[in-house]
Amino acid sequence: MSNKMSHHRSNIEQVRHSLKKRHRQEKRFILLGKLSVLTGFLFLAFLLTDIGIKAWPAFQQHWIQLDVTFDAQILDVEAPADEAALKKGNYRGVLKKSLYAMFPDVSARRDKKALFKLISSGAEYQVRDILLADPRKLGTTQQIWVLADDDVERFLKEPALRESQQSDRRIKDNQVAWLDQLSGQGRIESQWNWAFLTSGDSREPEQAGIAGALRGTMLTILVTLAMSFPLGLAAAVYLEEFAPQNRWTDLIEINVNNLAAVPSIVFGLLGLAVFISFFGVPRSAPLVGGMVLTLMTLPTIIIASRASLKSVPPSIRDAALALGASKVQTVFQHVVPLAMPGILTGTIIGMAQALGETAPLLMIGMVAFIVDIPQGITDSATVLPVQIYLWADSPERAFMAKTSAAIIVLLLFLVTMNLLAVVLRKRFERKW
Amino acid sequence: MTQVIEAPDIHQAIKQTVGSPFTHKPKISTRNVDVFYDDKQAIFDVSLDIGSHEVIALIGPSGCGKSTYLRCFNRMNDTIQSCRVTGEFRLEEEDIYARGMDPVLLRARIGMVFQKPNPFPKSIYDNVAYGPKLHGLASNRAELDEIVVSSLQKAGLYEEVKDRLNASGTGLSGGQQQRLCIARTIAVSPEVILMDEPASALDPIATATIEELIDELRQNYTIVIVTHSMQQAARVSQRTAYFHLGKLVEVGDTNQIFTNPQHQLTENYITGRFG
Ligand SMILES: Nc1ncnc2c1ncn2[C@@H]1O[C@H](COP(=O)(O)OP(=O)(O)O)[C@@H](O)[C@H]1O
Ligand SMILES: [Mg+2]
Repeated sequence: MSNKMSHHRSNIEQVRHSLKKRHRQEKRFILLGKLSVLTGFLFLAFLLTDIGIKAWPAFQQHWIQLDVTFDAQILDVEAPADEAALKKGNYRGVLKKSLYAMFPDVSARRDKKALFKLISSGAEYQVRDILLADPRKLGTTQQIWVLADDDVERFLKEPALRESQQSDRRIKDNQVAWLDQLSGQGRIESQWNWAFLTSGDSREPEQAGIAGALRGTMLTILVTLAMSFPLGLAAAVYLEEFAPQNRWTDLIEINVNNLAAVPSIVFGLLGLAVFISFFGVPRSAPLVGGMVLTLMTLPTIIIASRASLKSVPPSIRDAALALGASKVQTVFQHVVPLAMPGILTGTIIGMAQALGETAPLLMIGMVAFIVDIPQGITDSATVLPVQIYLWADSPERAFMAKTSAAIIVLLLFLVTMNLLAVVLRKRFERKW
Repeated sequence: MTQVIEAPDIHQAIKQTVGSPFTHKPKISTRNVDVFYDDKQAIFDVSLDIGSHEVIALIGPSGCGKSTYLRCFNRMNDTIQSCRVTGEFRLEEEDIYARGMDPVLLRARIGMVFQKPNPFPKSIYDNVAYGPKLHGLASNRAELDEIVVSSLQKAGLYEEVKDRLNASGTGLSGGQQQRLCIARTIAVSPEVILMDEPASALDPIATATIEELIDELRQNYTIVIVTHSMQQAARVSQRTAYFHLGKLVEVGDTNQIFTNPQHQLTENYITGRFG
């Protein structure tokens, strides 16, 4: 009896001993998990802060105020009504004259050139548009704010540059003196850069905006969604609900899964060969971009949709069929709506992939430098990730900020899309 | 009585159905039914009549083919790719498996209630209204309301849910869900209702409610019920058919089957020797 008891006790001891070990294991794992999450979070925070700081200058813009005289002689315009002449006018001359008048001491050719470089090369179009809007201003003198050159911009944004050697910066000492004089007269002002969000790309960083790429992305994603969602859904529903189970459908299933693993650039080559060369779809346009991205996202949508359809309990199908619903009615009135949250999730994941895709779009010419904001799906366009790639590749320092700013816009776009997905999913979700 | 029949002898032992499988003017008649899943035969040469306005219970050990046989009546087996049915099924002289017979129409005439309650994840109202809408049984909203209410009443559920017809059907208790499924089936006004172990997922009180309901429904419908509970068969049915390994062993009045079984296998089953 006592023997039995002691045996019993040692058993409990044994368990207690191992219990300690197990608890330790559990604690260790939880700690590890927390650390991993924290690390991931820190990386993300670091990345976002870095991008945010770098992007900040892109949202700020410096303007210089000039007294511009619309001198008919310099402009070579005889009558204010002559629109063609107004358009062709020598606005560069007008601007030069205005600047030289403000700094009468500057006389050397080189210095004059340096002086004129303080303002953006786009200023002449800005001034032209003011006169075109109101030709009665011909002959008058107007105070006009024009954009500063990107080098000036950078100099004004980075105080450290002022202290550095003249040879180390693009703004020379005499230009610094002129800028100081202008700012002393209250003729330099910093403003929120709305133009970044409303204008297209440009070779000049101070004029370059994201609107073109943003519109291009929207159009491309719309084309992708409009094509891949119905195609993917139809394919998934057919394969899952209607297709007979045989070797052919097995083969198709394997191929769809393999397709999801094909590098995206291959789809770009395929798009170039088939859509552009064979079918003659206009290149560089959102239409062909969307078609290529459709190829890429279809497998994702099909796989996710099939998994979601499969997870609808068979008892629901039985219930509908037993009430006399036809196969099609059963599928579209019960199964598909119940699978919708999963289908939408798959679609959004596909769209998010498509949104960040660069490589296949390079192959079909969406990498071209395009100033105009695309108006339709057949206009030449580029998309946000390609724009980021283009700007990151530009030599001008100011494009660095633009790159970060474009990344922020892309991220915001993604977040908006995901929020939309969450809202949609909530609406379709049903309680069991 | 003490003798237990060993498996190899069983097919020998069931040469022919014992009892009275045929009735005068049956609602449904089945003759020489064989059912296969691919090469595997699940039902062997079953012939049985279902009388009008009777409750007939199909009993037998698990896996003996009760559900398979039941699902032939409304052609639910059509949805299983590997399943093949031969033999004759007639619903009042009409051939159920005829080329011209539309399963949609057939299932409007022969409703089905499943083992696990399976309401749609929709409102109670929409659950019941789905069938009538599908078949265009109501020409306006008022008529539809009428059908929904009377179906819920016949299923004995109306009093419990009348204040929350727009609440989700899946939020009800198991027994209520099953009665909702019965109401949903009744709403289409079928002539026959098939029930596959309708109470096996329910607690005793909910089971009792369902059993009372089945007894009431007999007034208006013909009911074929599969059950693994012999007590249930004894309580709700007028006739009982005993299946064993895909064969119909014995059919007869419920009373007679439970008090005086003719076949050795039936006796073994009802005395609890296997099952
Ligand atoms: N979908 C199916 N595919 C293949 N075999 C099946 C299928 N359904 C049932 N069976 C087989 O048919 C036989 C009868 O099953 P079932 O009719 O469900 O029996 P019961 O309802 O009497 O328990 C069993 O051997 C079972 O394994
Ligand atoms: Mg069964």
